[in-house]
Amino acid sequence: MQSKEQYLNLYRECRTLIGQHSAPVMNVLRDEAHDELLRMGFPTRQAEDYKYTDVEALMAPDYGLNISRLDIPVNPYDVFKCDVPNMSTSLYFVVNDRFYTKALPKVALPEGVILGSLKEMAEQYPDLVAKYYGRLADVRTDAITALNTMLAQDGLLLYVPKGVMVEKPIQLVNILRADVNFMVNRRVLIIIEDMAQARMLVCDHASDDIDFLATQVVEVVVGRGASFELYELEETTARTHRLSNLYVSQEADSNVHINGITLMGGTTRNTSRVTLAGRGAHIDLCGMAIADGHQHVDNHTAIDHAVSDCTSHELYKYVLDDEATGAFAGKVLVREGAQHTDSQQTNRNLCLTRQARMYTQPQLEIYADDVKCSHGATVGQLNEDALFYMQQRGISLGEARQLLMRAFVGEVIDGIRLEALRDRLHHLVEKRFRGELGKCGDCAVCK
Amino acid sequence: MNSEKQYTEQSALPSIEGGAGGGSSMLSVKNLHASINGKEILKGIDLEVRPGEVHAIMGPNGSGKSTLSNVLVGHPAYEVTEGEVTFNGKNLLELAPEDRSHEGLFLSFQYPVEIPGVSMVNFMRAAINEQRKYKGLAPLAANEFLKLMREKRAFVELDSKLANRSVNEGFSGGEKKRNEIFQMAMLEPRLSILDETDSGLDIDALRIVAEGVNKLKTPETSTIVITHYQRLLDYLKPDVVHVLYKGRIVKTAGPELALEIEKRGFDWIKKEVEE
Repeated sequence: MQSKEQYLNLYRECRTLIGQHSAPVMNVLRDEAHDELLRMGFPTRQAEDYKYTDVEALMAPDYGLNISRLDIPVNPYDVFKCDVPNMSTSLYFVVNDRFYTKALPKVALPEGVILGSLKEMAEQYPDLVAKYYGRLADVRTDAITALNTMLAQDGLLLYVPKGVMVEKPIQLVNILRADVNFMVNRRVLIIIEDMAQARMLVCDHASDDIDFLATQVVEVVVGRGASFELYELEETTARTHRLSNLYVSQEADSNVHINGITLMGGTTRNTSRVTLAGRGAHIDLCGMAIADGHQHVDNHTAIDHAVSDCTSHELYKYVLDDEATGAFAGKVLVREGAQHTDSQQTNRNLCLTRQARMYTQPQLEIYADDVKCSHGATVGQLNEDALFYMQQRGISLGEARQLLMRAFVGEVIDGIRLEALRDRLHHLVEKRFRGELGKCGDCAVCK
Repeated sequence: MNSEKQYTEQSALPSIEGGAGGGSSMLSVKNLHASINGKEILKGIDLEVRPGEVHAIMGPNGSGKSTLSNVLVGHPAYEVTEGEVTFNGKNLLELAPEDRSHEGLFLSFQYPVEIPGVSMVNFMRAAINEQRKYKGLAPLAANEFLKLMREKRAFVELDSKLANRSVNEGFSGGEKKRNEIFQMAMLEPRLSILDETDSGLDIDALRIVAEGVNKLKTPETSTIVITHYQRLLDYLKPDVVHVLYKGRIVKTAGPELALEIEKRGFDWIKKEVEE
């Protein structure tokens, strides 16, 4: 039996229950998603876009789901205490796929800004959500998106109306919490209207040592002249499998910065599809991964230069230790007429052991003749000359390696536009490389 | 071959004048053989350096000068196949490169390595604090450390902008060499090996570097200067000049030897050796 059957059966059996605990705007797309998943099935490694991550195998085990929305007791402030050192953000929690409303922050968001449970907001503002929900995330072309659309019941909505600037960064902490091996299907919709601005930090955590399979579909619609920054930081466990599909659409003169950081996880597959739909749009699409043990990190990116005069910068860096595997795919499509496109792509990787594996695949398709497109990929080891130079100055080999590894990923961190987050990440990365990520040392509890 | 003659010359070394410190040896190299990728480069080096002395090592290209300095500081690419080296009474060859540094051995690299992303400040702080740890001292407080950086920068007129950049990244040839001497000033080694520190320097940079080295000199510290040219030696005034050729020290004399080499080259020495 193919893995898809258990999910399709589940949907057919629980269709009503799923709908009851979700919003009509989300329910109307489920049947089509079901049919598409039935048609496509989950990709195996035969599929070009999933060559390095076997989704079919990840979907095979039996996971519990919380379709009838039972309350899972958790105090997110307990789970997350250690990693929020007063970063001055507006802090929100999503537990599994549910927006945590028990202790909302006192900070008021600017007038007109909507932030909250996708399900509830879709009931309160059906027209707004219906206009965007499922528009970018095409159920016909990706089985994970189809599955998520079929089963997702809640998640988060962020809406920033025209011309509004959200000064304070919004921090969203996703916490996976369950007592049995568990599947979560989370849905996020972000609408940044013309000339609006917002910055968002999303931190992923898992609070239990069980198998989690979390799918996530994030749709980001960015209007004319708008600016949006999205930082995603994954710090989960070796038993957490993350399948995240991010869709971004940008209108003219918009500016988007996306940085996806995998500090710890089991299997991570991030797909980022960006459409530069209006002239003068700019995207920075960045990411880094630190992986060891049997961790697997796969970043699949696709940037569509649909019109002229857009720029895209991609920078991804991996440090792979032990038997970790990494994959990066960088598709860039420059459509006919997309003149004066400026597209740069860089993927650099360190393999610290002979067993670590990195697969990197730039893929440029260019149908315009007046464009600047570059790409570069390297896989290497720590520079031995530099290590020896440092040793000669009295720095131990272990410490010299630390310095070089931190310097290597530092380039990605330095691209972060939030200063407090930059400092925090330098610190977290240092702890990660020292194998001390679990220990905090910064707060009263851990001391 | 002349290995015996060579040995006799070495034994006669203590009688050469100019050993400022006198007394017992700081560095003692005996019959050192070393190879890289199975190829023997050093074929029996003997060398004694006492506290306060400045030794110059000259020699044609490929004679083994850089190999000698690399072997002394413990470069992993080289294999010592025979001989012994003691440094302040310790068996140097048993020590890890970082511990040789902690014991007071410093190499000014011929080609200083660029380390993108590692700031000079973080690099020096790690070096200083590991040295302090080795000596059983607490790490320097941030302000004390920065004060030390400022003081030592002045020795070699190193721009504060350079000190805030990544290690050697984008430095000119001269800046890299000045940065080496700056690090030497920070670490206060007992024995410094300057491996062609004069190469690629213009006349002003050479003066700054040489004056920096001289200012750091004390009766307890020693220097080995590897060079092709007299001009650095004009400043550093060696007590002893050695000529290294085909992996052996074939001639040892006072500073006048360097002047003679400047005039006549190495051919006459090669000829002497071949005879």
